[in-house]
Amino acid sequence: MAGGSNPIEAPLADVVKGHIKGATGISGLKRLSGGASQETWSFDATTAGEPVPLILRRAPDGARPPSETAVGLATEAKLIELAATAGVPVPTVHYVLAKEDGVGDGFIMNRVAGETIARKILRDAEFANARPKLARQCGEILAKLHLIDRATLPPLRISPAESEIAQYRNIYKAHGHPHPVFELALRWLADNTPPPSIAHTLVHGDFRNGNLMIGPDGVRAVLDWEIAHVGDPMEDLGWICVNSWRFGNVDQPVGGFGTREDMFEGYEAAGGGLVNPDRVKFWEVLGTLKWGIMCTIMVTAFKTGADRSVERATIGRRSSETEIDLLRLLAPLA
Amino acid sequence: MQDQPTASELVEAVADFIRNHAMPQLQGHAAFHARVAANALDIVRRELDVAPAANAEETSRLKALLGTDGPLEDLNRELCRLIEMGEVGLDTPGLKDHLWRTTLTKLSIDQPNYSGYRRALDEEANA
Repeated sequence: MAGGSNPIEAPLADVVKGHIKGATGISGLKRLSGGASQETWSFDATTAGEPVPLILRRAPDGARPPSETAVGLATEAKLIELAATAGVPVPTVHYVLAKEDGVGDGFIMNRVAGETIARKILRDAEFANARPKLARQCGEILAKLHLIDRATLPPLRISPAESEIAQYRNIYKAHGHPHPVFELALRWLADNTPPPSIAHTLVHGDFRNGNLMIGPDGVRAVLDWEIAHVGDPMEDLGWICVNSWRFGNVDQPVGGFGTREDMFEGYEAAGGGLVNPDRVKFWEVLGTLKWGIMCTIMVTAFKTGADRSVERATIGRRSSETEIDLLRLLAPLA
Repeated sequence: MQDQPTASELVEAVADFIRNHAMPQLQGHAAFHARVAANALDIVRRELDVAPAANAEETSRLKALLGTDGPLEDLNRELCRLIEMGEVGLDTPGLKDHLWRTTLTKLSIDQPNYSGYRRALDEEANA
């Protein structure tokens, strides 16, 4: 994808020269990931001295957002800036693209060095000293994130537990395949929904392995703010405990690297307030169900012909992973 | 009755071919997708081996649980409806056992190496 033939290379170089101090151009532009509508690119700004490692998050002009729950890139940039002010480790946003830049919607931020791949973080010697600290750090980071003054937030979807449940129930029902274990979970969630009176905060919404940039010293940056919303702060603490994000380390409920107690202690010590473990479990159950339903709807894209890849097809056979996790949560054998 | 080799054996042979002969000659995305394809064939093979007897057992459990007869999918839809209405739940005799057996079977076909499944097998042995 790199090279002069890339249509965004020239306008991006102009943007960087205009807005990154000392930049003389760009090099090493390559696409990292992303769907059809939102892209992540890695590149360096060249300078008279050391190159500056950067990331471009962008959506082509006129592209539809990746989902109805995504916040949009300008909002994402704003949230990252607010998080930085609140002491949450995040990349530094250097520039938010304007229409006349000709690169689409998006922003440029610095590229934080580290690792996001869970299997490496959980197994490699390089992270051995970081691992015991990560759960507490996650708690501290989430406390700071949840303390951000709601009055300063850009417009965000407000999504309390009832609407999160309704959203996923509708997706599951539209898919149409019967899952008695999902029904059991939906029933349990309806019977255990947190009261609407709880205080709502900014919720990251996807705080887990894969979206945390981690170095030998611990968490360096919280990434991927695209499904941030306002809701129950316990949602973030429950989501990172979903077994799918433990990558085999069943006995380390927080991301496969630590204990709930460590995360809760970090959260309370950083001023996040008292953790409610029952509500954290509620969100772990809902998170497990959400991932299971997402696996089933990926089959829809396969069956309709939108994506005929074997990879897409086989993800549907992973929803049963969440069914066994739900049974272990709601109807344990031991 | 069909001739030899069995469907399961044919699928196993194709998975072996992909894994041991085709995949080593591929690179990048193609190699990755070949691995996924071989894993998909493993699911098919396990389903051919396990599902006929397991589906029959699931059907008879559901008939006993619901007191009605019908095809497996219809019985599952009825179970879903009753759970949703709150008429059947974990305090209903037989439901917990049924859901566990059905789910353990699914995992034995879909993802027999999944951490939650391995742990559930340990818990079942110790229960």
